[in-house]
Amino acid sequence: MRFDPFAPGFGSSFYDYLSHNRRDLLPGAAPLPAGVPAAGSVSPGALPPVAHGTTVLALRFADGVIIAGDRMASDGHTVSSRRIDKVIPTDTFSAMAISGAVGPCLEMAKLFATELEFYEKIEGRALSLAGKANKLAQMVRGNLPLAMQGLAVIPLFAGFDTEAGAGRIFKYDVAGGRTEEADYVAAGSGQGQARGSLKKTYRDGMDEGAAVRVALGALSDAADDDLGTGGVDPERGIWPTVVVITASGMRHLPEADVAAVHRELAGHQE
Amino acid sequence: MAAPYYVSPEQLMRDKAEFAKKGVGRARSIVALRAQEGILLVAHNPSGSLNKLSEIYDRVGFAGAGQYSEFESLRKTGVRHADLTGYAYSREDVNAKSLANGYSQMLGQIFAHEMKPLEVELLVAQVAPETTGDEIYHVSFDGSIIAEGDFAVIGGDAERVAAALFRHFSGVADLAASLDLCRKALEEGGNADLKAADLEVALIARGVPGRAFRRLAAAEVERLLSG
Repeated sequence: MRFDPFAPGFGSSFYDYLSHNRRDLLPGAAPLPAGVPAAGSVSPGALPPVAHGTTVLALRFADGVIIAGDRMASDGHTVSSRRIDKVIPTDTFSAMAISGAVGPCLEMAKLFATELEFYEKIEGRALSLAGKANKLAQMVRGNLPLAMQGLAVIPLFAGFDTEAGAGRIFKYDVAGGRTEEADYVAAGSGQGQARGSLKKTYRDGMDEGAAVRVALGALSDAADDDLGTGGVDPERGIWPTVVVITASGMRHLPEADVAAVHRELAGHQE
Repeated sequence: MAAPYYVSPEQLMRDKAEFAKKGVGRARSIVALRAQEGILLVAHNPSGSLNKLSEIYDRVGFAGAGQYSEFESLRKTGVRHADLTGYAYSREDVNAKSLANGYSQMLGQIFAHEMKPLEVELLVAQVAPETTGDEIYHVSFDGSIIAEGDFAVIGGDAERVAAALFRHFSGVADLAASLDLCRKALEEGGNADLKAADLEVALIARGVPGRAFRRLAAAEVERLLSG
């Protein structure tokens, strides 16, 4: 039994605990097979192209934030899943959306959610939103060796800052660089189309209904022109994931509501 | 030449047990009780920030009596064990029995091999969809472990509080009645007059998906006790 709370890995961080005591459970810690160059031996210029057939986005509105994403996972030109959830709740007041290689992305989301819950239980209070965003930046940076092998994780992070009483959104680069955005942000292969759409339709201080319409409009614009982004599929009943985070916490928008907004948007276009 | 001194194992264990019992005997008591809404944990604890009750994982809660530093370390070890299990396998694979067994082994080892035994008593509780499935484990300073029934008590006045519960308990009740029963038992056992602010109260709620441990604020305790 370790009674030293200041020993490396025995503080309030689950990630640190794994780093010091259970490296085998840390994503990307498995040894590479013979013949694959180790991460350190690859020059930064040789960063392989990031595979991320997806569109995820986050935007602020009057009462908080909306974070949303399409549902398709692809493997080259093949659809590997039609129903994957790319927006993953990480605690009561935050969620992350993933773009990049699916495996490491999901693994990081799970580890990050565990990290936040662990801290909360050990310390008796949740991390600040900025603290959560910084911790995620460290984890993205920790994934750099895998990114050098083509398995990048480029998340978006959104949450409600209970101290400031406002929603906040963050984006990351492959090296863990963290940037806070004031209005909206998108990531993935369809980010260009989504950003174009958001630029035209986003308004400061929108209510929740308007913000959901803007988010879903941007996702359908991305799905329209980007091969890697899945569109809505009413026949199979597949709709984008939309998560709303306000002062009263995080909730998934029900599929029926998402479908209704979609019908309304389609009506406008006709 | 100094004579090598000899202490019989019986004597050594007796002394250690006496020492640990004395330490736990100074602690205020804690009750875990099955209620319709979940497992109710009630501690006589006037401190608002140094908690004796804690969340471990979704359905599993923890209570520690005795030396704060010692049961706090045990609590953190438990959270680490639970989160590691949930992360490596799945959330539903975390359970109270495995945790209580771990505590039992740990306390037993320390009691047998260390100079100073830990002066703690622990409860590990796991709520089930039906009251009959609830599990409450009681682990003592020497590692002995008991699976309790409708209620369990730890702390200095445990025997008297348990006796009071035996007298007044008449089947699983709702939250307000259960809380009132816990207060009554703690008052009778500890010869104290307890107000809402003297109690630390938590509920491991039944039928709640995900994290079911919830602290009841003093105002809510006040309302339930006066209602």
